[in-house]
Amino acid sequence: MTETSSFLAPLLSPQTEASAAEHGINAEEWQRLITRLGRDPNLVELGIYSVMWSEHCSYKSSRRHLSKFPTKNDRIIQGPGENAGVIDIGDGQAAIFKMESHNHPSYIEPYQGAATGVGGILRDVFTMGARPIALVNALRFGDPSHPKTRSLLAGVVAGIGGYGNCVGVPTVAGETEFDAGYNGNILVNAMAVGLADQDKIFYARGATPGNPIFYVGSKTGRDGIHGATMASAEFSEGDEEKRPTVQVGDPFTEKLLIEACLELMATDAIQAIQDMGAAGLTSSSVEMADSGGENGEGIGVEMDLDKVPQRETGMTAYEIMLSESQERMLMVLKPGKVDVAKAIFDKYDLDAEVIGMTTDSGRLVLKQHGATVCDIPVAPLADDAPNYDRPWVAPEKRAPIDIAAHGTLEAASRSLVKLMNCPNMASKRWIWEQYDRHVMGDTIDSSQSQGDAAIVRVHNTQKGLAISSDCNPHYVAADPYEGGKQAVAEAYRNLSAVGAAPIAITDNLNFGNPENPETMGYIVRAIDGMAEACRVLDFPVVSGNVSLYNETDGRAIPPTPVCAGVGLISDLDKTATLAGAKAGDKLVLIGNLKGHLGASLYARECLGLKGEALGAPPPVDLEEERRNSVVIRDLIAQRRVNAVHDISDGGLACAAAEMAMASGLGVEIDAGLGTAELFGEDQAMYLLATSEVPENGRLVGVFGGDAITIDGDAVTLAALRAAHEDWLPNYMNQINCDA
Amino acid sequence: MNSAIIVFPGSNCDRDAQTALREATGKEPLMIWHKEDPLPAGIDLIMVPGGFSYGDYLRCGAIAGNSPIISQLKQHAERGGYVLGVCNGFQILCETGLLPGALIRNAGLNFVCRPETLSVANQDCAFTGNYQAQQQISIPVAHHDGNFVADNNTLAQLEGDNRIAFKYVNNPNGSAHDIAGILSPNKRVLGMMPHPERAICRHEGGTDGQALFQSVLNAI
Repeated sequence: MTETSSFLAPLLSPQTEASAAEHGINAEEWQRLITRLGRDPNLVELGIYSVMWSEHCSYKSSRRHLSKFPTKNDRIIQGPGENAGVIDIGDGQAAIFKMESHNHPSYIEPYQGAATGVGGILRDVFTMGARPIALVNALRFGDPSHPKTRSLLAGVVAGIGGYGNCVGVPTVAGETEFDAGYNGNILVNAMAVGLADQDKIFYARGATPGNPIFYVGSKTGRDGIHGATMASAEFSEGDEEKRPTVQVGDPFTEKLLIEACLELMATDAIQAIQDMGAAGLTSSSVEMADSGGENGEGIGVEMDLDKVPQRETGMTAYEIMLSESQERMLMVLKPGKVDVAKAIFDKYDLDAEVIGMTTDSGRLVLKQHGATVCDIPVAPLADDAPNYDRPWVAPEKRAPIDIAAHGTLEAASRSLVKLMNCPNMASKRWIWEQYDRHVMGDTIDSSQSQGDAAIVRVHNTQKGLAISSDCNPHYVAADPYEGGKQAVAEAYRNLSAVGAAPIAITDNLNFGNPENPETMGYIVRAIDGMAEACRVLDFPVVSGNVSLYNETDGRAIPPTPVCAGVGLISDLDKTATLAGAKAGDKLVLIGNLKGHLGASLYARECLGLKGEALGAPPPVDLEEERRNSVVIRDLIAQRRVNAVHDISDGGLACAAAEMAMASGLGVEIDAGLGTAELFGEDQAMYLLATSEVPENGRLVGVFGGDAITIDGDAVTLAALRAAHEDWLPNYMNQINCDA
Repeated sequence: MNSAIIVFPGSNCDRDAQTALREATGKEPLMIWHKEDPLPAGIDLIMVPGGFSYGDYLRCGAIAGNSPIISQLKQHAERGGYVLGVCNGFQILCETGLLPGALIRNAGLNFVCRPETLSVANQDCAFTGNYQAQQQISIPVAHHDGNFVADNNTLAQLEGDNRIAFKYVNNPNGSAHDIAGILSPNKRVLGMMPHPERAICRHEGGTDGQALFQSVLNAI
């Protein structure tokens, strides 16, 4: 045998059901594969099938349920199915956004896992022609006392900051929660928002045969091979050994790639474009081929892998196709545009090569060292991927909790201090001060204000985008349908609270193993609840990501369907935040206070309840959410309020305390309110600071002084601020903490 | 006033600098890609923006500080031209030798982004004329390597020659003598870690940076 033929032989050898199983393809899927192909695949082909049919790429367990989401209204330009969702924000402009998880890599290698999560989501947005203008993240860590939590948190925060700060996109909002349920499987969900002109939006679809396939960005290395497959399997002890499957990010190259791509997009050179994310060159080429053609009928792709810029020598076709090396893009150029494109990438010192041509064969054909190493039809890879109707059981309803059974409760003022100091409520300043929130010069309001939603100005205009991310996994665990509704409703409420018109959401559905009917029940019912809320609130889903198999040694994470909403502020002079209350202002409640303590922060932290005992979550009345949002937005637009805050974790008392701290002013809360009313987490409620009680409002306190007075007891602002601010830095620096 | 902004690969505050200079001067600043040669004539102020030039690989500002366009920046400074380096731009100016000292990792080891109170330590230069002496202003910082170090003689000289433009009121990074920004001997080159271009309009960073750009405009 020659050197070349011995290199190629293992790649070309027909594979068996056993080797398919090693690639995560089960017996049923193997039968499907060989039937479609009409023969046994070789190693390269099997590798390609395995990533395209992985849960991560094919959504095979969730696809049929995701179709329940409403995805259209008159503001939606592009819903799910492209790199990111696109909404109309007026004046010929569009906002483009998506959220995506990087959970498994971040647990294995927190810095690079989180960093490449940020890099990947940024590419999804600028691939479509948008300049990224904001980053948001939703993080879940294990119990603070778990030995890995501190280092995972430090690594993830450093990774998010290390990437976002360098690439020069502000990280404006986020949420961080701790729960023992994430001890072995943290969640790192990152969202990017970008801005584009509506006539300059680029899609993966639309490539036609006979055009050059253009590879740009970093060279391909052996990193991240099988990342998509790893993300589609459960964890077990010792999986830290999978570190080599985690990619390594280079935000400097990403910054160059953003500038070079946007410069090229300003010319008329690109026919279709797709970033190389999960499953790298495989999924990018297959997706462009599958959605290609003038009417989306699909086209073929032929690539010469010898032309792919490579970082290492001796890489096989299998490795090149499955590599998840970062900061790479694939595009189909219009005829005669290769020189224009090469000149731009040369300016930025980035690799750029024509590696193949689109064809009319409908097949994915790959050559290496002169041999054909892959020749398979494109359509079955994408369209014929398995689509399971997994068996599921709905979780049983929980009984409401009975507060009377808990005897004499501690003084409300003590509970307030305890809640504001607890890990999930404590200030996350230690985290967000490590993120550049101000680069690009348009951050009107970020985590710095500790408010309900971030506000980012649309450059050179009086308009702004409001962005927020939410999920209360305790509610979803207690009742996935109501919890799913609540996640959407809270995103809606957060946007409303700053004066924005809510437009659409992106979601990140984090669950355990879908092959377990109980877990599948949570997935199905949470999606049902979310879909219902999206429908009633006219708040469709435009993009998203599903992350399943978040389990370690058979234990699923708490169900965590994160919803991130985007709203439009048409005049930045008409916004509100939770800061701004003036002495003498009235504290006014909008909404219906019932005192629902089930699944609440108070029940967990002050009553010490866990699991089933936490009871049912607060029901969500979506019509009321809608009505109250209109009331709040009208009050803000009429400038009749000095500050607004939505009521969520910790109830009215914690919300009032946050407004007081942000405004630097005390507040005396109405002494007539009992514990359940002070800390209950009823939905569709807002607090206002205003000089006059508006119609529909209920007076519940008065601002003034330098203490928060609750049930006759006063806590100074300074004491409350210390309780709120000190927990996280003390924990991270191991000062005065049990963990 | 004619201004120009040098854009290195990895610069990311170039657009913010452009906005600030445009709003202050009413004229569009020139954006100079680092490969351009020579610099156009008639430029009064060159701004070296913040960011992560060359990914901050090797050492913050080290590669940019030794890149070809720097010889032209030096000629501009030698002719008495004005130079403003912010954040990574300050680090680059130290690497070029136009300013003394160096910026090392923050004492707290973490990246820090927050509005920081500065006091105007030298009110008598082209960059600070519109402030009051010792005025306290709020300008945001965002850096990982803003801890200014220099030998004792240099520090004494900076103090003695009134070449410290801004000092931190609550030192966020361990900088010697609470230094936030320093001037060249002719006081026409200013390097500072805080970002005045992020404190110009309605932004979370406030508006206290406007006076810096107005000062330069008045001085030229």
